[in-house]
Amino acid sequence: MTVRRIPTTQLSSRGAGALRRRLAVGVLVLLSLILISLSFRSGDDGPLTGVQSAGSTVLRPFAVGFERVAQPFRDAYSWADSLFGARSDAEQLRAEVRELRQRAIQSEFALQENDYLRRLLRYLDGPRFPGDFEPIAAEVIGRPAGAFAQAIVIAAGSRNGVRVNDPVVTADGLVGLVTRVTQGTARIQLLTDQEAAVSAVDLRTSAPGIVRHARGTRETLVLDRVRKQDVIRVGDEIVTAGWRAGGLSSLYPKGIPIGEVTSVGQTDTDLFQQVQIDPYVDLGSLDAVLVLVPAERRR
Amino acid sequence: MSAGRAARASALVFAAAMLQAVIVSSLVLGGGAPDLLLVVVISLGLIRGAVPGAIFGFAGGLLVDLITLDTLGITSLVLTLAGFWAGRYAETTGRGRGLAPLVAVGAITVLAGVFGFVLHYMLGDDVVARHALVTALAPALILNLLLALPVHALVRATVHEGEAAELSREVEVVV
Repeated sequence: MTVRRIPTTQLSSRGAGALRRRLAVGVLVLLSLILISLSFRSGDDGPLTGVQSAGSTVLRPFAVGFERVAQPFRDAYSWADSLFGARSDAEQLRAEVRELRQRAIQSEFALQENDYLRRLLRYLDGPRFPGDFEPIAAEVIGRPAGAFAQAIVIAAGSRNGVRVNDPVVTADGLVGLVTRVTQGTARIQLLTDQEAAVSAVDLRTSAPGIVRHARGTRETLVLDRVRKQDVIRVGDEIVTAGWRAGGLSSLYPKGIPIGEVTSVGQTDTDLFQQVQIDPYVDLGSLDAVLVLVPAERRR
Repeated sequence: MSAGRAARASALVFAAAMLQAVIVSSLVLGGGAPDLLLVVVISLGLIRGAVPGAIFGFAGGLLVDLITLDTLGITSLVLTLAGFWAGRYAETTGRGRGLAPLVAVGAITVLAGVFGFVLHYMLGDDVVARHALVTALAPALILNLLLALPVHALVRATVHEGEAAELSREVEVVV
């Protein structure tokens, strides 16, 4: 009969080991709770903001590096994915080009007429997109995990001229709004975030509403608060309203495309119509965005 | 844990945190995305024990919160407890079981999802329960389970130590 030792872990479940273990995890949990409390209470100018800003600045080169390494794989995936629908997409795009060519000619005439009439009336207007803004192009370097935040982090911050509440777009349309800024990075709240809301209008009828995230979905938007008497059709384009009232104004300039109406419905009991929108921007696969900085700020 | 292994484990957590924040979070399949950092922290807890699991969970969570400019401490708290639970499971009932990584990843993904939801709800975030606990959590659970065994093998190869016998305090009688 022989006796041999069994390998076990360093900490047993009883005695001093257990006490050390509980102490260690207790300290870490307490530290986390202190961080949450300080971070949550202090907002954007508290004691932790500097720490977070410095940490984010230090980690930025790594995030950019990882993003660059991942980009070819992401592109390869997108390329393979797009192959499946290439034929039907091409057909649809040809039809769209024909229609848009017609509309571009009409729009050019309308634009010239509009410009002439504005000068004639000395019409005063709010800031317009894109003329009154200068875009800052930035790479997307981070995305919070989980279902709790619809946000991205970009590689441009206060030293690039980005400020809180600056609108963010891509060539396709509206992305969201800057909600936090450090020296070298900024956090963007996407349109699909539960707390995002954008005043918008139907481009065809000028029916106003508020674009919000559709509850219980990931990337669907709704045009809320649309009156029942307003006629909205499937296929209508929804753009930002850019309203001004007294000293207040919308955070988003007028005329940024948001999405296309995919369904319209109403019930007898509901005060407003239920309008669902498919956003133009694919918010799930953003690689780069444009932060719109007012031209007057950059001068 | 020796300095070399601690450094390797730290590098692994750092890489997992960066990958999670930069790439993995955007790989949404069926409404949910995998959580590579959670799986790595669970594996570290299973292999190295409750305290290292909690420490690496805290550090990884802090990194993610810093990169994503999220409320500091939320991910740290969730991952600290995840690493600790995984470690305790390995030190008690999960010891020597081949399916321990799958069981731990499955159970902790669900618990972390529910805990995260409660935490965000308590902080006043507008979170839809059905989306957080069903639409996003179910695919995340499947994706994390798919990652569990390969990630566990990678973590084991990186930080496992074979000489734990020197720490033994129990004996077994072999006839």
